[in-house]
Amino acid sequence: MRELTSRLPTSPGFWRSPLRGPWLTSVLGLVLLFGVGVLFVTGLLSYAAYNPGLSPVNDKTPDKGLLGFYLFAWPTDPYWLYRLTQGVHVTLGLTLVPVLLGKLWSVVPRLFTLPPVRSVAHGLERISLLLLVGGALFEFATGVLNIQLDYVFPGSFYPLHFYGAWVFFAAFVAHAVLKVPKALRTVRTMRASRDDDLVSPRPDPPTVSRRGALWLVGGGALLMCATNAGRSFDGPLRQTAVLSPHGGPEPGTGPNGFQINKTAAYLGIDPAETTQDAWRLTVTGPGGTVRLDRAELLRMKQYSVALPIACVEGWSTSDQWWRGVRLGDLAALAGFDGHPPDVLVESLQRRGAFRRGALRANQVADPRSLLALHVNGEPLSADHGYPARIIVPGAPGVLNTKWVTRMTFGDLS
Amino acid sequence: MRRVRAPRRPPRPVLGSPFQISLLACSFALAGYAGVRLLAGDWLGVTLWFVGAALLHDLVLVPLYATADRAVVRALGAAGQRAAVLYVRVPAAFCGLLLLVWFPLIGGRVDRRYESVTGLPATGFAARWLLITAALFGGSALLLVLRGVRERRRRDVR
Repeated sequence: MRELTSRLPTSPGFWRSPLRGPWLTSVLGLVLLFGVGVLFVTGLLSYAAYNPGLSPVNDKTPDKGLLGFYLFAWPTDPYWLYRLTQGVHVTLGLTLVPVLLGKLWSVVPRLFTLPPVRSVAHGLERISLLLLVGGALFEFATGVLNIQLDYVFPGSFYPLHFYGAWVFFAAFVAHAVLKVPKALRTVRTMRASRDDDLVSPRPDPPTVSRRGALWLVGGGALLMCATNAGRSFDGPLRQTAVLSPHGGPEPGTGPNGFQINKTAAYLGIDPAETTQDAWRLTVTGPGGTVRLDRAELLRMKQYSVALPIACVEGWSTSDQWWRGVRLGDLAALAGFDGHPPDVLVESLQRRGAFRRGALRANQVADPRSLLALHVNGEPLSADHGYPARIIVPGAPGVLNTKWVTRMTFGDLS
Repeated sequence: MRRVRAPRRPPRPVLGSPFQISLLACSFALAGYAGVRLLAGDWLGVTLWFVGAALLHDLVLVPLYATADRAVVRALGAAGQRAAVLYVRVPAAFCGLLLLVWFPLIGGRVDRRYESVTGLPATGFAARWLLITAALFGGSALLLVLRGVRERRRRDVR
């Protein structure tokens, strides 16, 4: 009988690894406490960067209610802000995958503890753990799948990842409050208690020390970090991201050779619509409506600026040299001289969640915000938004609308 | 008789820490506020993903790699090579981790979309993963050989 029960995972004797114990779990838990905290904050920042409060076209989670309490006008300084926060969000998330797996492995016997519920508080904690573990895996899975364009999850990425993050975070905070004091004590005293329920009562002889196990997890994290950080830079550094989307070589050579978020062909841009004869930019405002072709835009005062493209998927380019017309000058054409308002930008593209995007007054007013006609000394390529595209310092890539056809100043509806 | 039996009866479920109960109630309320929004669309699909992710990890992934690990330990132990376990475990864990994270690209599930969206080639992910796997296990084998040579030398010196 004893032999039989010890073969069931509900018996402590079933779990044989000599590595499990409060020390390993505490160390991994404290790493996740810090890491998940950074992931949550950078994730919230990414939502704020879209300026969802500005216009419904920017907001993919309009029924957020109080969960958007912290939203603020996204700044244009520093110009690399979104490149940094979103690069950290995605690269750190990938780096933490082995830490999360290690942490879950270290506590898996607790899933099977008997009796399943010892008290009301214990029962509630176990329900909370389902939200914690399910939430963590849900967030990591949707993130990892989304950056690979594998949209198998049940719905749009934005609401799933945002609301899922709040469900996960609610359970995460409760778990942290309950466990961090003990974890800190365990790590500070550097002594693993022998009578913890995670410690196997009849352990196998060790094949690796606890420290060695930690090195294995840390090595995995280092591997993930080293093979992903390069996605935030052009040239040889990007080549180090060998298995990641937007890693490896650039899509092309020359001035327009840098990374493309979505190609012209994919978004249904018809080349016939972008010719000198066919394409016009419509600029509208209280001062009336102006229609400009590309030659007329080129006759306006041209400015140059070095800015990166930074995508929500965590990759970004190094600074590119853009040249074009200031958004502030276009606002003046629409009747706003001196104090540019918000603007609604519309693209020629047939599909895509950001066919239209709104920019806030502070973004329009920034002298570095351009309707770019050239990049790196050449006219924009079709894939980078020919005839004209928006480039705004610090903004997420999708708000740098390509193939712009209409700009409505002062009225976002 | 009764006095002896009484302590053996399983203790009745108690309330537990009131602090813990109020903390968890607060957590559930916040999770509920976000949860109704999370479930506003395909509620069944989202629930299946949420619960399924936990079950798939705890009841499929962990048993799978733990069983594989145990088989390796046992096989090497039987051959008197128990100390060499890490030389298999480390490369297997690393290439398994890369496969777990990048299986959509490695397996070619998203080839056509990836190429048409990004303008980048989708071929080569599987080949690169295989090369990394080869390098990890190859490096491990090399270290094992070096270790063997060093041990033999030490024995010869003695």
